[in-house]
Amino acid sequence: MAIVENEETTLELESGEEKSAGKPLGALTRPQGGNGWKDWLFTVDHKKIGIMYGAAGLLFFVIGGVYALFVRLQLSRPGNSILSAETYNQVFTMHGVVMVFLAAIPLGAAFANYLIPLQIGARDVAFPRLNAFSFWVFLGGGLFLLSSMFIGGWWENAPDGGWFAYSPNTGVLFSPSKGIDFFAIGLQITGIASLVGAINLIVTVLNMRSPGMTLMKMPVLTWMLFITQLLLLFAMPVISVALFLLTFDRLFDANFFNVAEGADPLLWQHLFWIFGHPEVYVLILPSFGVISEIIPTFSRKPIFGYPFMVFSGIAIGFMGWGVWAHHMFASGVGPVAVAAFSVSTMFIAVPTGVKILNWLATMWGGRIRFTTPMLYATSVVAMFTIGGLSGVTHSLAAADTQQTDTYYIVAHFHYVIFGGIILGFFGGFYFWWPKIFGYFLSEKIGKSSFWVMVIGFNLTFGPMHILGLQGMSRRIQTYSEGQGFDLWNMVSTLGAFMIAIATAMFVANTIISRRAFKAGKTPAAGPDPWDARSLEWMTASPVPEHNFDEVIQVERQDEFWHRKWGRNEEGQVVRLATAEEVAHDGSNTNVHLPAPSYWPLVAAAGLPIVGYGLIYNLWLCVLGGLLILGGLYGWVFEPVDDPNADSHDHHDDQTEGTELVEGDEVLDQEVTSE
Amino acid sequence: MSDETTLGVSNDKLGMWVFLGSDCLLFGGLISTYMLYKDRIGPDDLGAEEMFDIPFTSVSSFVLLMSSLTVVLAITALRRNDIRRSRIWLLSTAILGAIFVGGQVYEFTVFYREGLGYTTNLFGTAFFTLTGFHGVHVTVGIIFLMSMYIQSMRGKLTSVQEERLEIIGLYWHFVDVVWIVIFTIVYLFPQ
Repeated sequence: MAIVENEETTLELESGEEKSAGKPLGALTRPQGGNGWKDWLFTVDHKKIGIMYGAAGLLFFVIGGVYALFVRLQLSRPGNSILSAETYNQVFTMHGVVMVFLAAIPLGAAFANYLIPLQIGARDVAFPRLNAFSFWVFLGGGLFLLSSMFIGGWWENAPDGGWFAYSPNTGVLFSPSKGIDFFAIGLQITGIASLVGAINLIVTVLNMRSPGMTLMKMPVLTWMLFITQLLLLFAMPVISVALFLLTFDRLFDANFFNVAEGADPLLWQHLFWIFGHPEVYVLILPSFGVISEIIPTFSRKPIFGYPFMVFSGIAIGFMGWGVWAHHMFASGVGPVAVAAFSVSTMFIAVPTGVKILNWLATMWGGRIRFTTPMLYATSVVAMFTIGGLSGVTHSLAAADTQQTDTYYIVAHFHYVIFGGIILGFFGGFYFWWPKIFGYFLSEKIGKSSFWVMVIGFNLTFGPMHILGLQGMSRRIQTYSEGQGFDLWNMVSTLGAFMIAIATAMFVANTIISRRAFKAGKTPAAGPDPWDARSLEWMTASPVPEHNFDEVIQVERQDEFWHRKWGRNEEGQVVRLATAEEVAHDGSNTNVHLPAPSYWPLVAAAGLPIVGYGLIYNLWLCVLGGLLILGGLYGWVFEPVDDPNADSHDHHDDQTEGTELVEGDEVLDQEVTSE
Repeated sequence: MSDETTLGVSNDKLGMWVFLGSDCLLFGGLISTYMLYKDRIGPDDLGAEEMFDIPFTSVSSFVLLMSSLTVVLAITALRRNDIRRSRIWLLSTAILGAIFVGGQVYEFTVFYREGLGYTTNLFGTAFFTLTGFHGVHVTVGIIFLMSMYIQSMRGKLTSVQEERLEIIGLYWHFVDVVWIVIFTIVYLFPQ
């Protein structure tokens, strides 16, 4: 339960020489808590960082969606020329890169950052400043990638090799613009963010759990996010190697992927997909976790087969490493490899199927409430199953050889990614919105936008199955009349605009619902608006900065539920206490929290500057490097807690002057007060 | 700290272990790349067997391995609160590491003079990339050690920092172990 990153630094600073810890380099005073924009820039609070991840992820989701709309407009009619072939290549590449790396991963990170500490009853993550660092690094890397649209001309220097950037197409010879450089360096930067975040969250889950919260009592969401972080931990260095090699090829004339110099083009494919396939599970497992929280809550039943849910997640995590070459059936990897990966790909459908059946069994016989989150969650079960089944058809190598690079593949992975991940995340937004912001999103707008989204989604990607089986190739800028592609392409384009409308309705919902709440037209959410089960509902909404007033002693899985409900002598479920009685009201002001810090932002700001330097002018690298170095040194020599802070100002309205207490002592007090 | 965490190990130390797990995959990728390309040389180029000077690299490998011993001596000295000894061993570890990196730089220049540049052939590119990444890891370790040493010059090295030194030690041992793998695969296998 320690919130202190480095005890040593605290003590070190007490030894006197660096007497003003508030002025780490003699120039800057340490940021104090507050409520303005500075508070967000320098925050180390996992909840604020989670919200920023969510906001940035949604923003990038909208940007990636606009790219998709342009792709669909271009393909709506045969022989269209809205986008030139060169621009089209860049737009679909940016769509893929932005959606995978800048929307889906950070939205998963948003849930992880906000919810993991709450679900395990912790004060914060293990390394709060590192958490801020990983967010800013991600944002810097994302903006760096997006800037490729503008720099050196409008759509001249964006990456154009597809999101998996196959070699040797990415060599300087075939892709002479700076686009691939932006791709390689930008993903390297966001990769650092994912890796750092993964280390942080893994340590948090392993080491920061409430007393009694054993691994097999953790909520399924925390479990799935934990597996996600493990996958990121081991997958990120592999893509890092691939991207390093690619960068060296392009900047220093190395020939790792230059076939003319005897290189093996399959090296990139192997490295990319050894990362890329676990990455697919990095994207989907958070969504599986989200709906595993929503479905039991609105079915009023515990999750069916909790250990099976956990272990099938673990099985997916392991098997995800043994299927990568099914992306390469058409690349000539040889019959033995094809057969082996074909079988392993069929196998990995088993744990996923276990999950689907468990969700269905959870709903079976439950008292189901079809709120907006539940609608989204059930739609995930249905839509993901379609995507999963078309995925199994790819595992048959003979069929896959026909399907490779057709729209059938595009249909498959959009059913998985949009139908599985994005729908699940929207369900999660509606589910946790009252917890995070204290007010409900309008159910009316929510339900109608849900139907617009699900129908639009099926109209967009359903027809792509047909187009693909008819032989329409992906990544080709246009098609000619009379091939039978016209109708379904038009339908698909219309569907894409429906998705856009539904997304706009969601954004409008957040604004309208907030206004309605501020005007007093809708009630406050209260700690537990859905009669939910896990610990994050056991504190006030919005969650106070210190999360819980006291350490929670966990005895059972779904601890919060069991404190609210029990059984009488006849075995009927009876209410033991109301949520308000059980939940903490956030009134404890005597909690020591890590202080905000400038340094994560400073260090993170250096990375994109190094990136631009590598592409344009090496002197910029020096500047960026100095920023990183200065940031890290300032960070190391700054104590986690601000000894000069007047109060432990997690409450803006705090009036009582609290004594300066070391974190350990507070924790002792809390533990004994249990 | 350690008695407060769930697993009984401090967050910092666990974080380092987790990071090292990840770093294994980084070297895994680089070593695989080297294995794929080690024989891809031009008809007139010198190959690995002709190029490598095994006795020289064995000595520098031995130097690096000895630095694992000295870092342990630094940690145990610090645990006994023997600051003076701890500082000596800390500095010797950094110096041994620097000798290794110096040896690597020397080796690189020799190879370059013999005609193996970074872009001469795929073997050279993969070799310099793999060993270069390892060299950078050693250098970062030296920076860690020297930061500790500079702190000790300002009288700030106490047994309280034992865990921090232990974590740096973990990293240092890891870099050494990776070198054993690289030395075996890159230098000894072709012989």
